[in-house]
Amino acid sequence: MRHFAKRAPKIFAALLLTVSAPAMAETVAIMGGTVVVGDGSAPMEGATVLIRDETIVAVGANVAVPADARVIRADGQFVTPGIVAGFSRLGLIEVDAVAGSNDATGGRSGFSASLDVAYGIDPSRNPIAINRSAGITRAVVAPNASNDIFGGLGAVIDLGSDASPITKRRAFLFVDMGEGGANAAGGSRMGSHALLRAKFREAQDYADGEDDFDDGLLRVEDARVLISAMNGDIPMMVHVEGATDIRQVLALKSEYPKLKLILVGVSEGWMVAPEIAAANVPVIASALNDLPVNFAMRGATQSNIGRMKDAGVIVAIGMIDDRDAHQLRYTPQYAGNLVALGRVPGATGLTWDEGMAAITSVPATIMGHGGKMGVLKAGARADIVIWTGDPLEISSTAEYVMIGGVEQPMGNRQERLRDRYLADDDGALPRAYRH
Amino acid sequence: MRKTARFALPVLAAALASCTGTTGGQGASSNAATPAAAKTADAPYASTYKAYPGMATAITNVTLFDGEGGKIENATLFMSDGKITSVGGPETPIPADIAVIDGTGKFVTPGIIDIHSHLGDYPTPSVAAHDDGNEATDPTTPEVWAEHSVWPQDPGFSRAMANGGITALQVLPGSANLMGGRSVTLKNVPATTVQGMKFPGAPYGLKMACGENPKRVYGSKGRMPSTRMGNLAVNRQTWIAAQEYKRKLDAGERVTRDLGMETLAGVLSGDILIHNHCYRADEMAIVIDMGKEFGYKVTAFHHAVEAYKIGDMLAREGVCSAIWADWYGFKMEAYDAIPENAAILHKRGACVVIHSDDENQIQRLNQEAAKAQADARRAGVDIPDATVISWITFNAAKAMGIDGMTGSLKPGKMADVVLWNGNPLSVYARPDRVWVDGALLFDANDPKRRPVSDFELGQPGEGDVK
Repeated sequence: MRHFAKRAPKIFAALLLTVSAPAMAETVAIMGGTVVVGDGSAPMEGATVLIRDETIVAVGANVAVPADARVIRADGQFVTPGIVAGFSRLGLIEVDAVAGSNDATGGRSGFSASLDVAYGIDPSRNPIAINRSAGITRAVVAPNASNDIFGGLGAVIDLGSDASPITKRRAFLFVDMGEGGANAAGGSRMGSHALLRAKFREAQDYADGEDDFDDGLLRVEDARVLISAMNGDIPMMVHVEGATDIRQVLALKSEYPKLKLILVGVSEGWMVAPEIAAANVPVIASALNDLPVNFAMRGATQSNIGRMKDAGVIVAIGMIDDRDAHQLRYTPQYAGNLVALGRVPGATGLTWDEGMAAITSVPATIMGHGGKMGVLKAGARADIVIWTGDPLEISSTAEYVMIGGVEQPMGNRQERLRDRYLADDDGALPRAYRH
Repeated sequence: MRKTARFALPVLAAALASCTGTTGGQGASSNAATPAAAKTADAPYASTYKAYPGMATAITNVTLFDGEGGKIENATLFMSDGKITSVGGPETPIPADIAVIDGTGKFVTPGIIDIHSHLGDYPTPSVAAHDDGNEATDPTTPEVWAEHSVWPQDPGFSRAMANGGITALQVLPGSANLMGGRSVTLKNVPATTVQGMKFPGAPYGLKMACGENPKRVYGSKGRMPSTRMGNLAVNRQTWIAAQEYKRKLDAGERVTRDLGMETLAGVLSGDILIHNHCYRADEMAIVIDMGKEFGYKVTAFHHAVEAYKIGDMLAREGVCSAIWADWYGFKMEAYDAIPENAAILHKRGACVVIHSDDENQIQRLNQEAAKAQADARRAGVDIPDATVISWITFNAAKAMGIDGMTGSLKPGKMADVVLWNGNPLSVYARPDRVWVDGALLFDANDPKRRPVSDFELGQPGEGDVK
């Protein structure tokens, strides 16, 4: 790191020196852009976004801009909320296959529900800067569930170039109740459902101060987290893909009425969409799954999200197990693909406005930050991106990124490598001297 | 086969010629005429593919990318008898009695070609019983043929056609082994047998792999190779044996037939193309030298995430880079991957092919190419749309040795054609219709022109839009 800090001062100085809030009070006006609120409403042309410190204070066509405001012109450009990655392992992994740099899985520790990603997230990991420069400003981060159905505690993070990535710690408990969970619980859904209920019972025994609390089944630290989940203090985000698995998880609410469920993955959600909607359980779905990866995904189709939306399900786009530590920058492309479905006969996609919402306000709302994140509205955190073109189009790129009111550096390690090799070799010195 | 001659080094030209006449009549233990085995027309497990019936069709008023870097606005494309008949502007004559599709607002490209796929040998459902891509029991298995693993009922084939306009693909063995086995080039047509998909006349490839995978797989078994130097040693020792095998063949000496050696001799003869999985620049340079040491040429480095570091060398040596747009960071040898890999290769005049290696991204290879174009533009390298389309059509065909037959919209070539409902480099575009050899095999407007594999029949989602 020391090596890098010297060679890449532009990238790392902010990381080392600042905290997430701006150093002094400032008013910024982003003017002239096509402003996308992110709540599914149509863009406003020629609008202003007014920011004071870390918060948006006004948005609209007729916003009075104070004389002392710093003005950023965005004429004719899209101005949107920063993209919220609805599901990720961002910040937990530098290189997947290098164990020491991969903190996504803690199953061998003997702990489960209490494993907290906040200890594994490192804002100096390169995927943070790489995805930030692509317009991703916040991410939902979950641990892997490997040796247990309970993977641990997830967080909401920002991708700011600073040392404080955590927006909300203990944001949810991640649980796998699909094939992965069945595998972790001895090889069947019978096992995963028995394990879930047994652990909940033990956690209740612990909470009740029962003498027969069995810490062989459940550690005290894990029991405390399960109690919070059972009480609805911490949402329980459950990975399921198949229609039957989804139904089984929805049914948990009859046994544990205070559970606050969020479903993730949900490839066959369209097949049970009315039931999901009736249960009022939000979904963070994979956008483009259309292959029968396993027998729980035989009904996978790219029309899944559109059909769920039409059935009244609250649904955001997430990328579970899909390069979810590195390629959150695919998120706008995925939304764009769902918009493309609108022109495919028989398919169901999203409108452009809905597509934007599915990667901004909807995931923020699902995570409990409605109105405060993922929208350009007064009172929301100032996470703002100015784009070179349509944000969902492949040819577009983020040009300016603000997170929590702080203008972000746009460089990253990939760009440094690019610049080193883009220029012709003049032969004077090896490329190692270009920095 | 004009392609393979180009890849053969001059020194091998004589050997190539002499090989063709060595078929012995001495029973099972005699030589098996390696070059004949390599040439698909004579090879066993021969293609049984025949073009499906099509009708003479013209597409008019369309924006056409020809696959070789050409673009025609307001174009007319006329296909008949399974071939491209004519391509040109609005003045292009077409017969009166044929089907005419008004392509206003739409785009036409050659069928998209993926040079690196594991459809069929790692099919979905991705269950252990379907893991047929790596014969990971020996670091060199040039004797295995990917086609003997391909499951034609993989639903991924139809997704690749319907969403990605894929009309041809090369299915490779995996990268566990230094020499993974022969690849197979397929027409993306539904069939009950792999022979029914095999691309007639396509040369074979040999999949090789550098770097982390072979040394990890075999090092973890406590056997060689466990290091990169071990990788090279095993490769070189194997090539020495292959040279000796080939020498005997060329001299008409009696040899015991050896499937692996037949494949390697086919490489040394220039009949079988080397497709070398290799990430790092330094390793690619070593592999190029290994080719020179033993008298073969690498046709394409696959994955090649650091190709941008040696763009000049790759251009000089005439080696293609078959690459992702932007994958990085999943393993150590992918650490220096950058999204401008294609941009820098293009700038250096090196051959670029965008590949998928993925059952999902093969459905959007057009978008992957578009990403590489966008990243290039951001770096100040402007690459025309028509050139970018060549990365997933003609350049792929060239590196697979089938460019004489497909990969561009030129009269006389196979009518492998995609009509898109918008610019295929836009996220909003999808295939409207797909023709393979002039047969309409996908029509977005007609649910009956949508393949459903046996696996999907009678299952949830059968026949859905996917």
